[in-house]
Amino acid sequence: MTDYLPALMGGALIGLSAALYLLLTGRVAGISGLVGRLFQPGRPGLSLNLAFLIGLLAGPILYLALSGAWPQVRIEASPWLLGLAGLLVGFGSRMGSGCTSGHGVVGLARLSGRSIVAVLTFMATAIMTVFLMRLGGVS
Amino acid sequence: MRVLAALVAGLVFGLGLSLSGMLDPVRVRGFLDIAGAWDASLAFVLGGAVAVSAIGIQIARRLTRPVFDTAFHLPATHPVDARLIAGSAIFGIGWGMAGLCPGPAIATLALGLGPSVLFVAAMITGMILHDRFFASET
Repeated sequence: MTDYLPALMGGALIGLSAALYLLLTGRVAGISGLVGRLFQPGRPGLSLNLAFLIGLLAGPILYLALSGAWPQVRIEASPWLLGLAGLLVGFGSRMGSGCTSGHGVVGLARLSGRSIVAVLTFMATAIMTVFLMRLGGVS
Repeated sequence: MRVLAALVAGLVFGLGLSLSGMLDPVRVRGFLDIAGAWDASLAFVLGGAVAVSAIGIQIARRLTRPVFDTAFHLPATHPVDARLIAGSAIFGIGWGMAGLCPGPAIATLALGLGPSVLFVAAMITGMILHDRFFASET
């Protein structure tokens, strides 16, 4: 039960960030888009994308300063699995025009039909992947 | 001001991720493992985030322009297509394998962990591969 309150409060902060970004700059806080556009030459708004990502990177440091401990990060996947997963996450999020933030946090809140389909699709394949990996003993 | 606003929004996003438990792939995969020892707590992250984000969207709908720009830059509405479904399906497989999605992956770089760096490098490679060779005409 003790995990639920930080999860809810953390989620509310993520939502606040998306609301701030929308109301102040007029843009969707979709991380895959922000990262992907950094590598597209000639795209406008590069400084905004970079500023958001620098803030994102500084978030865990602010957490450390406030709470006295780093957030827990346990990455257990083997290097080859991480490399493959990273490729799929990068490729898929660009092809599907968004990830957990753009489609999940902002798209669902906008009641976008595309985002609802995207979230249901990636939740389903992610759940299936975890299930099959456990079944096959892959980690 | 716009750049400062983006920096603050990113900082709040990163703080929220840190507090929420989303930075921990073991917890994320536990949340996705609904047939095993399911950890439902991370559903509250999405619930809390969507609820607050929706308030922002309701306010935005009453505004003609954002505070620091002349117009909103929202994605145009397209119908659901095969690219959306295929891309989301591929993204979900990678997310399930590693327990990391783009936001948390970037934020965990702050801890200086080798596996984070490897994942982010591969993720950016995947993005560039898509945008160079598989991007649609639009």
